[in-house]
Amino acid sequence: MIQADLNVILPEIVLALYAMGALLFGVYTGKDRLTGPLIWLTAGVMAVLAAWIGIGGEGTREAFGGMFHDDGFSRFAKVTILLAGAAVLVMGQDFMAKRDMMRFEYPLLVALSVIGMMVMVSAGDLMALYMGLELQSLSLYVVAAMRRDSARSTEAGLKYFVLGALSSGLLLYGASLTYGFAGTTLFSGIIDAAGEGQAPLGLLFGLIFVMAGLAFKVSAVPFHMWTPDVYEGAPTPVTAFFATAPKVAAMGLLARVLHDAFGGVNADWSQVLAVLSLLSMFLGAVAAIGQTNIKRLMAYSSIAHMGYALMGLAAGTVLGVQAMLVYMAIYVTMNVGTFAFILSMERDGQPVTDIAALNQYARAEPGRALAMLVLLFSLAGVPPLVGFFGKFYVLRAAYDAGLVWLAVAGVVASVIGAFYYLRIVYYMYFGEEGEALDRSRASVAGVLLMASAVVMVVGVVNLFGIETAARAAAAALVN
Amino acid sequence: MEQIILFAPLLAAIIAGFGWRIIGEQAAQWLTTGILFLICVLSWIVFLGHDGTTEHIEVMRWIQSGTLDTSWGIRMDRLTAIMLIVVTTVSALVHLYSMGYMAHDENWGEGERYKARFFAYLSFFTFAMLMLVTADNLVQMFFGWEGVGVASYLLIGFYYKKPSANAAAIKAFVVNRVGDFGFALGILGLFFLVDSIMLDDIFAAGPMLAETQLTFLWTEWNAANLLAFLLFIGAMGKSAQLFLHTWLPDAMEGPTPVSALIHAATMVTAGVFLVSRMSPLMEYAPEAKTIVVYIGAMTAFFAATVGLVQNDIKRVIAYSTCSQLGYMFVAAGVGVYSVAMFHLFTHAFFKAMLFLGAGSVIHGMHHEQDMRNYGGLRKKLPYTFWAMMVGTLAITGVGIPLTHIGFAGFLSKDAVIESAWAGTDAGFAFWALVIAALFTSFYSWRLMFMTFYGKPRGDKHTHEHAHESPMVMLIPLGVLGLGAVFAGMIWFGSFFGDDEQVNRFYGIPEHHAEASEDESPTEGVAPEGAIFMAPDNTVMHDAHYAPKWVKVSPFFAMLIGLGFALWFYILDPKMPRRVAEANRPLYLFLLNKWYFDEIYDFVLVRPAKALGRILWKRGDGGVIDGTLNGIAMGAIPWVTRLAGRAQSGYIFTYAFAMVIGIVVLVTWMALGGGAQ
Repeated sequence: MIQADLNVILPEIVLALYAMGALLFGVYTGKDRLTGPLIWLTAGVMAVLAAWIGIGGEGTREAFGGMFHDDGFSRFAKVTILLAGAAVLVMGQDFMAKRDMMRFEYPLLVALSVIGMMVMVSAGDLMALYMGLELQSLSLYVVAAMRRDSARSTEAGLKYFVLGALSSGLLLYGASLTYGFAGTTLFSGIIDAAGEGQAPLGLLFGLIFVMAGLAFKVSAVPFHMWTPDVYEGAPTPVTAFFATAPKVAAMGLLARVLHDAFGGVNADWSQVLAVLSLLSMFLGAVAAIGQTNIKRLMAYSSIAHMGYALMGLAAGTVLGVQAMLVYMAIYVTMNVGTFAFILSMERDGQPVTDIAALNQYARAEPGRALAMLVLLFSLAGVPPLVGFFGKFYVLRAAYDAGLVWLAVAGVVASVIGAFYYLRIVYYMYFGEEGEALDRSRASVAGVLLMASAVVMVVGVVNLFGIETAARAAAAALVN
Repeated sequence: MEQIILFAPLLAAIIAGFGWRIIGEQAAQWLTTGILFLICVLSWIVFLGHDGTTEHIEVMRWIQSGTLDTSWGIRMDRLTAIMLIVVTTVSALVHLYSMGYMAHDENWGEGERYKARFFAYLSFFTFAMLMLVTADNLVQMFFGWEGVGVASYLLIGFYYKKPSANAAAIKAFVVNRVGDFGFALGILGLFFLVDSIMLDDIFAAGPMLAETQLTFLWTEWNAANLLAFLLFIGAMGKSAQLFLHTWLPDAMEGPTPVSALIHAATMVTAGVFLVSRMSPLMEYAPEAKTIVVYIGAMTAFFAATVGLVQNDIKRVIAYSTCSQLGYMFVAAGVGVYSVAMFHLFTHAFFKAMLFLGAGSVIHGMHHEQDMRNYGGLRKKLPYTFWAMMVGTLAITGVGIPLTHIGFAGFLSKDAVIESAWAGTDAGFAFWALVIAALFTSFYSWRLMFMTFYGKPRGDKHTHEHAHESPMVMLIPLGVLGLGAVFAGMIWFGSFFGDDEQVNRFYGIPEHHAEASEDESPTEGVAPEGAIFMAPDNTVMHDAHYAPKWVKVSPFFAMLIGLGFALWFYILDPKMPRRVAEANRPLYLFLLNKWYFDEIYDFVLVRPAKALGRILWKRGDGGVIDGTLNGIAMGAIPWVTRLAGRAQSGYIFTYAFAMVIGIVVLVTWMALGGGAQ
């Protein structure tokens, strides 16, 4: 029995054993000198796990009496998380090496948080949910404050920690309410207690609190306030990580809770999500206009993007979940490319985050400017780039589910949002002459930037088949 | 062979238009001209070898959509054959002529290349025109119809540096759009009722349409009449009939060869061709035919009166064209399509000739177009003079009365007038045409006398340097001259001979003539032959038995016109001024073309512009731009600032926002959620 259970969570166990083993190994041997190899090794392990999960896994399995699910949905999310984590790890290496930030704990903390995320998207029980979430969050608090000597980094870590604790409290309160009314922490039990369409009010309160806790993680308005400060304060490689994998995990967890535990009261959470989505889209679009720091700008950008992903979820249908998954996969790819670019922005060896520094960038580095242009257009959702299809999917899902007003609002918000993406393009191509950035050197980040831009263009052919995978994943979740 | 005729000019246009940088301007001219002469020869072979039976040649599958199933086909019958030779002959000669006319054009500066473009346009026009006349279905015809419109637009505006040329091009396009709208409605209506756009299906449905009612503009109409009328509106636009004629005189802004080809011989006759082509429909639309007759007669009269007082040599000929087109429509309207085609055919020769002759004069006189500055050019331009003389003799209708010997215009115009007499019982149309014939004679001879006789007027220098045109320009005049002299006599029998001859020519079955009264055409089968005349349509037959006074009336009208012209411009050159001053209001009325342009400007153009201005300034600029700019520059930055201020950097603010958020959500759920 336990044998079968362990089999189901084997990938998580492997990664956990690796992380702890590597930690011990690092402590007793070379410590920070090992950081470089450890980063590559960790990324390699995560990539292998992604391949294993993606290719090897099939069917639906449960472990520990339903506390842990291994199904198409969790596998899709896990592959995305693992690949994003691996990409972000390797692309930040140059940046960290240059700034004396090569702590060997960094890759291992990332690995641990990835384990937390994998548990999150597989959770079938409120307790598993909380464990995964906290494992992820604690690791993230630490990496946010990794530069102990930098006041901004420390401040970012602290803010994130305090607010994260608050959100955990909200979540826990919601979980206890839910338990109180349902009498069980298992999702399969909660869905029975909630019934079809008519749930007790207490259970709904529980739902709201749980959703609020998770909305904090995906930085949906009004639980988004930490995002710009933390994005700006944390070291850029860490910011890149924040912007990618944890978002997928939190989004996946939200989808899982809503469909597995509260699938019966679809209408109740759908309207809440719709409002969160609307606020996120507009605040993300409008507030980003005022930003001159590209990291803060990307923070608002991610808030807006989460709004779109939530729109897919708000539809509450198979198509909606599929759209959300497609959107998140595209979003992660775009952000990996964009942050790969931001990592390489420096002048006289110092990192620069002011977007005005990009003036006339196209003249100095036409190739990279073009790649960035493609990514920015894709982020803005300009057809025919891949980013457009992501938006198209969620809009269609919302439309089909009858949320026409939300879809229209989404289009309007994307028009507003296009402004700040295009402004960067404007600076790069038509800006005033100014102090130029340093010439970039060949690096992993450069490769990822180019690859990501190419994906945005080539992907329009068939989106690399993720539609089909996402549809299967969504079908596994919604029933 | 038909495919070559159809597509070779397109090929020539593409090569000349896009490839002249590679092959050179000279080669582009020779290529287009050569191809045109080739297809001209082929067309004559087709015409002479044609036996009158209708052939369908499918070029390719074209449209398949729902019940609309149409192939790109060539309908090869007598009408097509006639139009083929008209179009290709005139076009080939105009190409040749243009090589001389366009050789040195002072509208273009040193080093500017324009010739290849001109020839490409000409060839493209020829292609579109052939597409129009060979069409086997209405959409294909519409394609050609619009194609010639585009070519006409491009060529009228060929001197695009001249504002007046641009304005004329736009005017031609816009006025034609009005007609095309009617044509398009007609096509759609036919498709709506017949469920097909193939000509054969539509022809077969003629009797059915005559008994169908159609609601249009909140009124019940007889389908055949309404559709025939809508198609005729298209014809009016293209053929510059009254009310839609205003573009044709302005179109003279284009180079003169263009006027000869497009605005005299071919494109403007497309409307006549359309009405003849649709004869199986027109025959079931008596009211529409009556309208055709009246419009045609009024146009013939109106344009002739305006032509009396114009001073620009090309404008005189332009109004003459307009007037002659009216003749053709009268013939078609009374049901003698054969005669309409006859006049179209002969008119193409002598009118192209007049235009090319005028072009030769203009060329020789250094682009002077005002006839008041001509005079006494007979000696300077002898060949041109004789060519113009032949053209004038043809258009005024000189011949031996009561015989079939005379210039082309004599035979065809008399045939038209006799048909008008028979078709309207000596009514309005007949008298309008006779009087128009008198005016025609007057203004044509006036043109001749003012240009070639008398003393040289105007700039002395210009007159001293007046020179005869080169051979490339004179040869086309000679060839057209042959047509202007003999075309009428040779083909009189085929177009307007006895019934049997005409029927054979058009491939109309023999028994048709003696078909008994009660035997109506078989339902669902298109009538055979290129044109169709209903069993009760005996106008052509009656026209042959017109009284002698009818037959000689146009001849005498011509003599009177000639007499007045002689008196006014040779014997007593002061006379015109005196007459004009004595009847000043009338003179101004005619000189200003019956004030049509002014009326249209006041009634249509200005209100449209005013409306456009309101929508632009108030609607677009004020409301739409205003709203968007207000949001983009006012509201959104405000919200941005607000959001920035909320982002205070203090944890308690952030926590407060979260708490507020959850409070709102919980309250909302409690009030509006599942509890209810």
